This record gives sequence, C-alpha cells and structure tokens, in this order.
Amino acid sequence: MIRVEGIHKSFGEHHVLKGIDFTFETGKTNLIIGKSGAGKTVLLKLLVGLLQPSEGKIWYDDVCFNDLNKKELQKLRMDVGMLFQGNALFDSMTIEENIRFPLDMFSGKTMKEKKERVNYCLSRVEMEGINNKFPSEISGGMQKRVGIARAIVLNPKYLFVDEPNSGLDPKTAITIDDLISDITKEFNITTVINTHDMNSVMEIGENICLLHMGKLAWQGNKDEVLESENEMLSDFIFASPFLKRLRNFAAKS
Amino acid sequence: MLSQLFNSEKSVFFHVGKFVAWQKDIYKRPENMSMYYKEIIRQMYDIGIGSLLIVVIISLFIGAVTAVQFSYQLSGGLIPDYYIGYVVRDMEIIELAATITCLVLAGKVGSNMAAEIGGMRQKEHIDAMEVMGVNTSAYIIMPKIIAAMIVIPILVSISAVVGIMGGFLASMATGALTEEAYIKGLRSFFVPYNVLMMYVKAFVFAYILTSVSCYQGYFVKGGSIELGEASTRAVVYSDILILIADFIIALVLTI
Repeated sequence: MIRVEGIHKSFGEHHVLKGIDFTFETGKTNLIIGKSGAGKTVLLKLLVGLLQPSEGKIWYDDVCFNDLNKKELQKLRMDVGMLFQGNALFDSMTIEENIRFPLDMFSGKTMKEKKERVNYCLSRVEMEGINNKFPSEISGGMQKRVGIARAIVLNPKYLFVDEPNSGLDPKTAITIDDLISDITKEFNITTVINTHDMNSVMEIGENICLLHMGKLAWQGNKDEVLESENEMLSDFIFASPFLKRLRNFAAKS
Repeated sequence: MLSQLFNSEKSVFFHVGKFVAWQKDIYKRPENMSMYYKEIIRQMYDIGIGSLLIVVIISLFIGAVTAVQFSYQLSGGLIPDYYIGYVVRDMEIIELAATITCLVLAGKVGSNMAAEIGGMRQKEHIDAMEVMGVNTSAYIIMPKIIAAMIVIPILVSISAVVGIMGGFLASMATGALTEEAYIKGLRSFFVPYNVLMMYVKAFVFAYILTSVSCYQGYFVKGGSIELGEASTRAVVYSDILILIADFIIALVLTI
C-alpha cells in the first residue's frame, strides 16, 4: 500500500499539485487519471522519488518515503519497478542485457541464475526468444512488454507504469493492460498506473484517482465510474461526442 | 540581488556551486564494482581508439608546421639549424601535445559525452536507473572520468611522439636540415621535468573536459535544441577552462 498525505508540489510560481490525499491499494491496479496538465506525471514522479514534494508525506506501507536517507531509499528501491512512457530501454544493450541490468547491478546471483530469471520474465510477458535483439529491432508493443519484464525482474512490491498505452493500437493496449493486471494479482503487488486511456479505466480500474487542476476530483472504481454524477469525471470519461451520445442512448434505454 | 546571483540558473556562480556539489555524488562507492569496471573499459576504448586517428593526424601536421615555421625563423643563420629539432621537441612536450590534443578531444569526446548523457536524460534512461536505485552520477560519470584520465595522457604521449616525427618528416621533405641535425636537436638540452609538466597538463585537461562535458549533458533540460546547445557549451566551456588551466599550470610549474 502507498499512501499520500497532503501532497503539494510547486515549480517556482506554478502550483501543480494542491493537497492530494489518496491510498494506492495492494493487489489492485490503481489508476491516476486526468486531463493533460492535471499533474498525473508529477504525482507519479513524486511517488517514485524522482521529484520531492513541496509539502506532504508519502508512505510505502509503514515507511515514510520522505524521511529515508540515501541508503534506506536505495534499499526501498529494490522493491520498486517502473515502466516509463517511452519504455526507457537502454539502446546500446540487448533485450537480455536490459532486463538483466538490475540483477547485474544489485543481485549476487550467478550468470546462470540471472539468465534463468531473465528468461522467466520474458516468458511471463510472452516474449521468449528475443534475448539477443536490440530495442530498436522490436515494435513499440514488444518494447512495452520488455519494459514490464525489466520492471518485475527484481520481484518488486510496487510497480509504477507511466502511460502504458501511449502509441499503441487498441488491441495491443488491451493486451498490455491485461498483462499488468495479471502481474498485479499474481505477485500481489501495489500497481500505480498513470493513464488517460478510457479502455484502461473501464477494464482494469480497480482504484481510480481523478486529478483535475492539481486536486483530487474523484475517487472510486470502474463500476462506480458510470454511476457517478461527478461533472469532472463525466467530462473526462465522455469527452468525445460519440461517447456522449452513447451515454445518452444508454440512459434513455 | 545577492541571492539572485547565486540562485539564478543563468548565474555562473550557481553552476559552479552545483558542479562542485555534484562531485561528491560522482565519487560514491559503486553498487557493483564489476559493472563499473566494464564501463571504464568501454569508455577507454571509445575515447582511446575512437580518437587515435584524429590525434595522430593533427599532431603530425602540428609538428610539421612547427618545424617549417621555425626553420623559416632561423633563415638568418644566427642560430644553428639543429635547434629546429630541439624547439619542436620542447614545443610538443611543454605545450602542443597536451593542449592541442585536449582542445581537439574537447570537441570530439566532450561533445559526444554531453550529447550521449543528455540523450539518456531525455529518453528517461537516467530516471529509469534512478528508480532502480542506481547512483547515476557515479555509474554514468565516474567511469568516463577515470577512463579519460587513463587514456588521455596516453594519447598526449602519442601526440608528442607523432608531432616530433611530423617535424622530422617536414624537415626532411623541405630539406631544411639533415637527419643527423634534427636528431642532434632532439637530444640537446633535454629537461625531464618538462615531461612531468606535460603529464600534469594531460591529467588536469582530461578531468576538465570530461567533467564539464558530463555536467552539461547530465543536467540538460528541454528538447533537441537544448541538447545541441548543451553539446556546444560542453566544447566551449571545456576549451576556455583548458586554456585558463594551461596558463595557471605554466605559471605554477615554471616559477
């Protein structure tokens, strides 16, 4: 579980997050949604420690993230995996080297054990046999899967995913969503996904946090989305005229 | 006013302070020594082998030009011809090998480092490593600095030798002096202390060009235009600082 309490973040005069309180639950796919500029990415970067909050606390279970010294932070980060929007796979390394990188850096495993772990992670994301390819030689969807394999290679307790569906076709996007959801359940981890993909919200949104202009505008799950009368949520979810017509049609019938 | 001088990103004091504070992050204990070792070897190869040809070509011509120009100055007959070999040797060892090589490497290696690290920043590679728990300042920068401090003095030594050979070839080709006279010049008035001066310069310049270039790349913000600007700044600032350091070393070591 990750809890944020009274999180504020400013960049100079620009106040991006204005007092967010939210709990990201273990074993669930937690979604941060909102329009562009709502502060989703800033919140995600605060959660993983790439930015420091101007005010407020972040708790990883019973550990206050902000009070950790560098050594403790490094130890906690062994439990963190992250898939970046652009995948952040290292271009000069093969797929195997990319996935093995955290193991090479932090584990005392033998090369045989590391290779076995890499192969397991690749098979878990259904990407067997591409060990010796380079990131530039595989498609965007495959890169996402490899990014997920790298994120889970150290058996993380917390998984962060930034815009997993950006640049993917709808079918591949659904596959990636399902994969993240399955991994969350299988390893009982706390997964936080930053997205503005409506399919993700309706398919895997078990605990949703809607940000609007730096504030928490709504929270709930995918079942509550359709029933909610929150205007900001409706504006966001049913942004397109087609979806608006569909909702009106559903309401009438 | 005073706080603006030190806190504004446009202030030189801000960057000097940030650069100095950043040094303590670079020299932290590595998470895994073998990963750092591999990276040092890779960087040594990139800097050393990758720059060898350009260093040889430039040194050869610098040595040749020094010999030709000096023989032109000696045309009055007041100073013996074999002085050409002596002057080329000392010019190469005291000044040209270290300074010219490092100015060239600032352009080639420095801009490459700034662009590579800046690209890693923009593609979120550095963020990815940070999230994994890697000390990116140490893992990305330290191997580059160590590799440069090993390889650049070797390149400077090669430059000095090739420069002297360039002087020899030019002297022979132009008929400015005989083979024996050039070698006699090379063997005359040799001061071993000058070699020490060359290596002091090589180490200092190597540190300047790598750390300044890495700083420019590591803290780059924005897109491709800013990355290009950072790469240019890496070369310009490295060159200026190398020349300032050259002057200071010359003062300190020759007084």
